[in-house]
Amino acid sequence: MSILIDEKTPILVQGITGDKGSFHAKEMIDYGTNVVAGVTPGKGGKTVHGVPIFDTVREAVKQTGATTSITFVAPPYAADAIMEAADAGIRLICSITDGIPAQDMMRVKRYFLRYPREKRPTMVGPNCAGIISPGKAMLGIMPGHIYKQGNVGLISRSGTLGYEAASQLKELGLGISTSVGIGGDPINGSSFLDHLVLFDQDPETEAVLIIGEIGGPQEAEAAAWIKENFSKPVVGFVAGLTAPKGRRMGHAGAIISATGDSAAEKTEIMKSYGLAVAPSPAEFGSAVAAVLKRA
Amino acid sequence: MDVHEYQAKELLASCGVAVPPGTVAFSPDQAVYAATELGGSHWVVKAQIHAGARGKAGGIKLCRTYHEVQQAARELLGKRLVTKQTGPEGKPVQRVYVELADPYERELYLGFVLDRKLERVRVIASKHGGMEIEEIAKTDPDAILQVIVEPAVGLLPFQARELAFQLGLNLKQVSRAVQSILGAYRAFRDNDATMLEINPLVVTKDDKVLALDAKMSFDDNALFRRRNIVDMNDPSQSDPREAQALEHALNYIGLDGEIGCIVNGAGLAMATMDMIKHAGGNPANFLDVGGGASAERVATAFRLVLSDANVKVVLVNIFAGINRCDWVAQGVIDAVKATNITAPLVVRLAGTNVEAGRKLLDESGINVITADSLADAAQKAVAAWRSVK
Repeated sequence: MSILIDEKTPILVQGITGDKGSFHAKEMIDYGTNVVAGVTPGKGGKTVHGVPIFDTVREAVKQTGATTSITFVAPPYAADAIMEAADAGIRLICSITDGIPAQDMMRVKRYFLRYPREKRPTMVGPNCAGIISPGKAMLGIMPGHIYKQGNVGLISRSGTLGYEAASQLKELGLGISTSVGIGGDPINGSSFLDHLVLFDQDPETEAVLIIGEIGGPQEAEAAAWIKENFSKPVVGFVAGLTAPKGRRMGHAGAIISATGDSAAEKTEIMKSYGLAVAPSPAEFGSAVAAVLKRA
Repeated sequence: MDVHEYQAKELLASCGVAVPPGTVAFSPDQAVYAATELGGSHWVVKAQIHAGARGKAGGIKLCRTYHEVQQAARELLGKRLVTKQTGPEGKPVQRVYVELADPYERELYLGFVLDRKLERVRVIASKHGGMEIEEIAKTDPDAILQVIVEPAVGLLPFQARELAFQLGLNLKQVSRAVQSILGAYRAFRDNDATMLEINPLVVTKDDKVLALDAKMSFDDNALFRRRNIVDMNDPSQSDPREAQALEHALNYIGLDGEIGCIVNGAGLAMATMDMIKHAGGNPANFLDVGGGASAERVATAFRLVLSDANVKVVLVNIFAGINRCDWVAQGVIDAVKATNITAPLVVRLAGTNVEAGRKLLDESGINVITADSLADAAQKAVAAWRSVK
C-alpha cells in the first residue's frame, strides 16, 4: 500500500497546456500515473499527450471521474484554481505553484471549511515537489528514478532535500512507500501531522522520515503528536542551523521570526518528544536504517 | 519587502488612521522648509532606515528651533545609523522625516501579524506602548490583548471596540481608536502586509489617537499586484549583492563565512550550509539557483558569490532532478572559464546523468575538486579553506 495516491488514482492536471504543466504531465504519464484529464479554460475539446482537455474542473470530473488534481497555475490565479477543484469535488489537490500570496492561501484554507470534514479535500503544497508512491504513481515534478519502492514514509517541506533523502535511502537499499512534499510556504494545505496520521494507518509503512526547516510551528506540533499517538519509529531533521534571524531563506516560509522558529529550537523540541534526529543532512539514510534495525 | 516609517504612515493615513503631520526630507534645507510648512514650535527629525530601535541609537531628535532642525538633519543624513536591529554595519540614512511634535499622555501598542499556526491575522494591543512587544510579553504578559480576524468577514467593529475599551480609553478616545484599528487592518489587508506595528500609538491631551511610529513588511509573493508598494522600495537599505541577485531572480542572502555556496533548491541550500558548519567551516552565503540551474544562471551565481571578498572556497552542490548533471557540469565549466576563478572549487553533482556530468568535469581541464556526497563535499570544502587561509 501507500498513502494518498497509487496506480489507480484518476488524476487531472490543471494548467496542462502551459510549458511546465505539459512537460510534467508527460513525465507523470511516462512514470505510469493514471492521468485522465487536463483543464485549461478555453482549450476544452483538445488533447495533450493523448489526454482530453476540459474548460472547467467540474466538467472534467463529470466526464472522467478524476478524484485528484495537480495544479500548474501561475501565482495570481492559483488560489482560484485550487478552490475550483475543491468545489468540483476533487479529494486531493496538489499545488506545485511557488509564489502564491499568503492572504490567498488564508482564503483557500477558510474556503475549505465550507465543506463538512468528510467532504473536505486534502491539499498538498503549495510550493512543493508533489507526491510520489514509487513504482505506482507520481503526482509532482520530482525525478521518479531516484525513488525506490519500499517501506519508509517521507514528508519534507523542501523538494530538493527530499530528493537528497530519497537517494540516500536508495543507496542503502531502502525504499519509500510514499513521499509527500508539503511545501515551503508559510501557509500550507497540509502539515506533517496530516500525513503522519495516514502513514500510521498504512500497513506498508514501517518508519517515517520528516524533514522540516526553519520557520513556523508545524515540526513542533508533529513531534508532540508523535509522542502521544504514533506507533512507528520516526526520524526527524530541521534544516537551517546557520540561517540568520529575520531573513527569508528562499522559501517564503523559511524565516525565523518568532520564538521556536529556529532549527536549533525545533531540533531540541523533536528530541524532547523522543524522536530520533538525523545528526546532519548527510545522515538521513543511516538514521532511518538505524531506527528500522531497532524496530 | 520593508518600507520606511513615512511610507507606512502614508499607507495608514490613506486608510483613515490618524498620524501626526510630517514631511520627508532629503537635505537639511528641505528639512527646515518642511518644519516651516508644518508650523508649530516643536518637531522631531527621524532617520528613515529599515530597522527599529532608532531612538536609543540617536536616530530621532527633538528640535525646538529651525536651526536645531537643520542641525539634526545634517547630523543624520549621509551617516550609517547603527541600532540594536541593524547589525554592526548599520543602515545608511538618506532621508529624514520631519514631524510635528505634540505632547501626549499615553503610549499604547498596536500590532498585526499573519499567524502561521492559526492561518489568520492576529491583532495585538497593549497599554504598554513604546517598548518592544517581546519585552511586554516577558514583564507583563497579561497586558497583551489579542483578537483573531476571521478571513471571511475581516476585522469587525466590535472586536476593535473590545480592544479599545480594554485599553482603558475614554469614550471619545474609544471611537477614534476604533477608527484607527479598523483603518490599520484595512491597510494591512489591502496591501498584502505580513506585519504592521504601530508602536507607540499615542493618546494626546485633547483625546486624539495618533500613530507615532509605524513599521510595515509586505508579502513578496503578493508584490505582483501591489505596484504601489514596489514603488516604495529603497534599494539602499539592502545588501547590494542581494539587490544584484534579485535582478537575476536568484535567491541570495549574504553571511559572514568564507565558503561560498551555489546550490539548487532552498532546502538543499540550507542543508549544505548546515553541513559546512558540521564540518567545521562557515558558509559565506545562501544561494538557491533554482530548479533550472542553466549554464547562464550558474555563471551569474559564480560572479555573485565571488563578488564577496571573504569567499575563499566555492562549493557547488546540485541535485539534478528534471535538470541533467551533464548540463550543469557544462555550466560550471563555462562559468569557471568566464570568471577566471582562482579560489578552490568543490563540485558535488547528484541525480540524473551524474556519470556524464563527472566525466565532463574530469575531462575539462579546469581545476576542480569533485565530491560524491553531501558530507564529502562539505569536508572537502572545509579542508580546502583550511589549506588556503
